[in-house]
Amino acid sequence: MDALIDLLPELWTATYETLYIVALTLFFGGLGGLLIGLGLYLTRAGSILENKPLFFVLNLLVNFVRPIPFIIFLAAAQPLARAVTGSGIGNNAIIFTIALAASFAMARIVEQNLLTVTPGVIDAARSVGAGPIRIIFTVLLPEALGPLILGYTFIFVALVDMSAVAGYVGGGGLGSFSLLYGYRQFNPIVTWAAVLLIIVLVQLVQFLGNYLARKALRR
Amino acid sequence: MAVVSLRNVGKVYPPTTKDGESVTAIDGVSLDVEAGDIYGIIGYSGAGKSTLVRLVNALEHSTSGEIWVNGQNIAALRERELRQVRLGIGMIFQQFNLLGSRTVARNVAYPLEVAGHPKEQRAARVAELLDFVGLADKAGSFPDQLSGGQKQRVGIARALATQPSILLADEATSALDPETTHEVLALLKRVNAEFGVTIIVITHEMDVIQTIATKVAVMDQGRVIERGPVFDVFSDPQQAASARFVSTVVKGVPSPDELAVLRARHSGRLVTLAFRDSAVDQTAVFGELSRAGVAFEVVYGGINEIQGRPFGHLTLALTGADPVIDTVLAHIRTLTTVTEVR
Repeated sequence: MDALIDLLPELWTATYETLYIVALTLFFGGLGGLLIGLGLYLTRAGSILENKPLFFVLNLLVNFVRPIPFIIFLAAAQPLARAVTGSGIGNNAIIFTIALAASFAMARIVEQNLLTVTPGVIDAARSVGAGPIRIIFTVLLPEALGPLILGYTFIFVALVDMSAVAGYVGGGGLGSFSLLYGYRQFNPIVTWAAVLLIIVLVQLVQFLGNYLARKALRR
Repeated sequence: MAVVSLRNVGKVYPPTTKDGESVTAIDGVSLDVEAGDIYGIIGYSGAGKSTLVRLVNALEHSTSGEIWVNGQNIAALRERELRQVRLGIGMIFQQFNLLGSRTVARNVAYPLEVAGHPKEQRAARVAELLDFVGLADKAGSFPDQLSGGQKQRVGIARALATQPSILLADEATSALDPETTHEVLALLKRVNAEFGVTIIVITHEMDVIQTIATKVAVMDQGRVIERGPVFDVFSDPQQAASARFVSTVVKGVPSPDELAVLRARHSGRLVTLAFRDSAVDQTAVFGELSRAGVAFEVVYGGINEIQGRPFGHLTLALTGADPVIDTVLAHIRTLTTVTEVR
């Protein structure tokens, strides 16, 4: 317990770092996921921008990246992270890599949520002369907003999970904190304190997501 | 002038699998819809009627033929140009297809946003339209708070927002109960009468055609097998499929099976008389039978009315001496079509 109290400043820093990593990866990964997911949805057979070759490529890419265990992906994508962020280690590198992995995971969730929009409402929009861009912003995204919010809430939890591995490549956050000060120093209380914080964080975000989704669905 | 004119239109879907076969949904359809018509297109599921109507606003693209809408061959236009054409064509759907994320008022405003109308104008037009469909008090409601009939009325208001000259109704009442169906049909009639909107109605219910259509085309396997003024097709269908649809609203000529049942129950001669409009005087026909002393009983059929004009078939069982019956039937033949059924 004393060890934990001594480590409190480090714990707060780690919490802040986790939030920082998760916020940025949620932004970039979420955006990437939205774009790839929209791409999958729009180019699939029968959709408004049907494009079989492009759908095939996107689909293959998503299927290719998604099954790779993150800890392996982290190592495999290191050259790419170095090329983009200038370093293969540290918070920037891990943010890049998580955002990349999350993009592909989120793409599937976005695609699935968009598929819940009844094709009929897209027909209705087309029948009054709406073009694809307008349909995306005035029909697809608003109609799928509730499920999309839940999807992003889900991916938030996955991001917290992925960020815990950041320590392996010199990144910070609660994961690295609990490994460094808890696990390696045989101090389970410290480990559990970090775990508890993560649970609280995830719960809060889940509540917020549920609340917003309920508002969007008006239920 | 025909506002919608199809010339030998075809729609073939390519095979979905490598050794699958292509599917012909529309097979050489030619059709003229005149301004002010309420044109009914009836057919069973899979007859191609929904595909046909979706070709008119190019929600789907034809694979052959010409589709003239307001003097423009839309089969030759590109997607961007088609958007302009679609502003002049309203459409309503079986499942209403309202945007669940928008209020009733914002659903009705949607086509106006697309057409680029300024905000103040939109509000005035939306109020006007909701008033017309009788939903002024529901402007702030969301679609999931409305009944089916109300949803379709919002659909109609939305379809009329940009003052289109043509309205396409794709099974617009098929998801509604009979009473609500008639409310919606009455509204469509008003749309036609008050705004002069030409309406194309797709349905599998003959009742819908009988209630509002002025002309009808019967579709079967991607082809139009019969067409004409509704009264003509109802009172004298030329094709078996058309006769089957007519028989859903009024019993016509008994089928062989039904005839066998009638035969077993009635000993006299069975004749079917066609009644069509005021050209055939029922009183005169039955008067002939009474005067000749032929006893008769109506055993099958019915009389219905379209636009105030009666039509139908009655099958009678006649009892009396054969020569007398022959004489009287000869007289009646001068009044109407008589078919002796055996």
